Amino acid sequence: MSLLLEMKSITKEFPGVKALDNVSLTVETGEIHAICGENGAGKSTLMKVLSGVYPTGSYDGEIHFDGAHSTFKATSDSEAKGIIIIHQELALVPLLSVAENIFLGNERAKNGVMNWHETFDRTKGLLAKVGLSENPATLVDTLGVGKQQLVEIAKALSKDVRLLILDEPTAALSEADSTTLLDLMLELKRQGVTQIIISHKLNEIKRVADKITVIRDGASVSTLDLVQGEVSEDDIVRDMVGRDMSQRYPTRSPRAGDMLMEVSDWNVWHPDHGDRQVIEGAGFNVRAGEVVGIAGLMGAGRTELAMSLFGRSYGQKISGQIKIRGKDTVLKDVPAAIDAGLAYVTEDRKSLGLLLDDTIQRNTTLANLPKIATRGILDEGKEADIAEGYRKSLQIRTPSVQQIVGNLSGGNQQKVVLAKWLFTEPDVLILDEPTRGIDVGAKYEIYGLINDLSAHDKGVVMISSELPELLGMCDRIYVMNEGKIVGELSAQDASQERIMSMIVTN
Amino acid sequence: MTDKTAQPAQMDVKSYLAKHLREYGLLVALIAIMGFFQIMTDGTMLRAVNITNLFLQNSYIIIMALGMLVVIVAGHIDLSVGSVMGFVGALAAVLIVNWDMSVWTTIPICLVVGGLIGAAQGYWVAYWKIPSFIVTLAGMLVFRGMSLWLLEGQSVGPFPKEFQILSTGFVPDVFGIGRPNGTALAAGAIAISVILWLGLRGRARNRQYGVPDEPMAFFVIRNAIVMGALMFVAYKLSTFRGLPNVLISMALLTVVYAFITENTVIGRRIYALGGNEKAAKLSGTRTERLTFLAFVNMGVLAAFAGLIFAARLNTATPKAGFAVELDVIAAVFIGGASMSGGSGKIIGAVVGAFIMGVLNNGMSIMGIGIDYQQIIKGLVLLAAVIFDVYNKRKQS
Repeated sequence: MSLLLEMKSITKEFPGVKALDNVSLTVETGEIHAICGENGAGKSTLMKVLSGVYPTGSYDGEIHFDGAHSTFKATSDSEAKGIIIIHQELALVPLLSVAENIFLGNERAKNGVMNWHETFDRTKGLLAKVGLSENPATLVDTLGVGKQQLVEIAKALSKDVRLLILDEPTAALSEADSTTLLDLMLELKRQGVTQIIISHKLNEIKRVADKITVIRDGASVSTLDLVQGEVSEDDIVRDMVGRDMSQRYPTRSPRAGDMLMEVSDWNVWHPDHGDRQVIEGAGFNVRAGEVVGIAGLMGAGRTELAMSLFGRSYGQKISGQIKIRGKDTVLKDVPAAIDAGLAYVTEDRKSLGLLLDDTIQRNTTLANLPKIATRGILDEGKEADIAEGYRKSLQIRTPSVQQIVGNLSGGNQQKVVLAKWLFTEPDVLILDEPTRGIDVGAKYEIYGLINDLSAHDKGVVMISSELPELLGMCDRIYVMNEGKIVGELSAQDASQERIMSMIVTN
Repeated sequence: MTDKTAQPAQMDVKSYLAKHLREYGLLVALIAIMGFFQIMTDGTMLRAVNITNLFLQNSYIIIMALGMLVVIVAGHIDLSVGSVMGFVGALAAVLIVNWDMSVWTTIPICLVVGGLIGAAQGYWVAYWKIPSFIVTLAGMLVFRGMSLWLLEGQSVGPFPKEFQILSTGFVPDVFGIGRPNGTALAAGAIAISVILWLGLRGRARNRQYGVPDEPMAFFVIRNAIVMGALMFVAYKLSTFRGLPNVLISMALLTVVYAFITENTVIGRRIYALGGNEKAAKLSGTRTERLTFLAFVNMGVLAAFAGLIFAARLNTATPKAGFAVELDVIAAVFIGGASMSGGSGKIIGAVVGAFIMGVLNNGMSIMGIGIDYQQIIKGLVLLAAVIFDVYNKRKQS
């Protein structure tokens, strides 16, 4: 077999972070090659290097495609060579028809006038190839996610695809849709289309892939051949997570006090698609002084669980029980949740956490304005004092609290969000990816802060995609997958392998 | 790690000016425009009678600009205010003139109706998330039609004296001097003392809490100009008929709204809502209710403006308030409010309304045709917004 793609020692640095470190990948013509790795391991960055999102020159290393040295300056260059990526978030225009979407940017037209006959005719042929019998005039909006995925593939096929890259193609699909998609991949392989699939789901990978390349912490760890030798899921999992605990975590002494919050039989449906259940019968609890982790992959429903608990900020048809300090409580909206002593530090601080154009001072007090006001009139002096206090105690590194939050570094922004929630004096803090996108030093400070909080008898629920972080910080870890809590592990019993295998086998 | 090396709280003059160019620019623009017309109209612009007229002519725009600023800061727009204003004026005329209702029952009824109209529109915007542009565009058509229906296409008037004084009355001279009017002079003196006191107190506070402050020279010059202008206006008014009643209501409302937007919990939450609705909501702000209230407030102010407008014309006409919403919205944007919500100041909106008012007034005195007037006003609005965007781009 001949090599179709060869990526040699790719290194890509962002300010302060080495996203890819000497990664190599070879893909042979006609195979299905899987790329595995944890969230943030560098899979997507590698694909962006390949497709020209990061233009040649912005990374080190070489790419050879089809025997030629490739220097892609934009995605249009790689597409012209037949490298097509189908991203996790589908790039279809919902209110255009299937046919219009397939030929978007590549319209069947003469002098700017659409040739609808050819458009529809060719669309029919392409849809047949991916096993769809939809009318080409159907609006994409009316199709389910599974079918939309297939339309994306049909779109790729319309462009003379040489290498088809599918980024987590089944993440949003149901069991049946996933099977259809995987069958299609095998069918395309028979027709000679080389494919790369990025996925966490080991059973799916084992079903379709010929080879697996595992990436960990920005480096390629191993390439396993599924056709030649026997590869067990355990082997793959070990390669995915098998690293020493290189980061240090501040030591904490676990101590579980009174029961603060108990959630049971929590059910949530998707806010826009009322037939899709996002959280199914989830239950967990947290005691005073405890740090409880929720592990799971992206899309497992962790954020959805947290936000639906926090004053029904996500989802619809929510049902289930919340007990706060043993008392049944209904948190009908965010003010009620705050009053009940709950705080939710969002994973998306820029769009959900901060007023980016406003000062540190005004962001700090936002969730508890009445505390700095008498009869509705703000005391800005008191406000400045309070913000200054948090700036010092959380070590927010800026000269004053009058700085605009949008100009701060990620770590400092995260501390401002934490300051805002600490000012509400919560009993239970739900921290959603509290260290995402911040540097190692700031991470350590945030870990220290979490330990401080638990030492002051707060309950902390920590959602994180970084397993070492959970293992280093938590007293107990719940494992979540596809909207369900699939397991609970104590700190002693938990290991990356056990968590991973709980996820992949459920 | 550190985002900026430590710097003194007192910024140097240049960087301060760069950051606040917009605010000073607005003041300078108003003065320049007034100066220009003072020369071009051979001194008519700043004559006592014309200054009095300026207030009478623009009071209803300014009053609605206060509410519009709140709506725009919250991230919305209200296109219906001109029609609502006309409708409420028509309602007042029908109640008072046709139904012989007393003025003092009519006024509260009209204000409540304004609030209900605001509520009816705000409900769809806030709780159904229908774009305010659409809802209020519909409102604009509906209430224009309802004014026509109510007045049956006729003008209704005149109003009794006690209704007219709402707009054309003057505060009597409490000192009994007559001319110059003692009340006007005293009010001017009190106003500048309060401004000076508030300014100095603010500076002291800023120093205490390390808030970067205006350089001293700027503080002195700006206040000298503002206080000089106020005293000048007070003096001019005193040599004519004294303080117009509308000036009092306008000034009071301006102070109240400036205070609410800058110093209260609800004011702060409106800015948060416009700045980042999702973040505000997740921080416990009842964003729907706040949006709803912003529209109710706008409705009440539009109703009040409608009463004042009807009282000044002494008749309600089906055309009252036609296209006024555009002047109001223009005033708010000239005053520096952001199109995407979250920023803008009451005082900016008021100055913006004055700039529009002075342009109207000056060009009319000069005898410039309505055609050119529209063109010039349009270009001024565009220039102000381009200036904003340019400034922002330069800073980032």
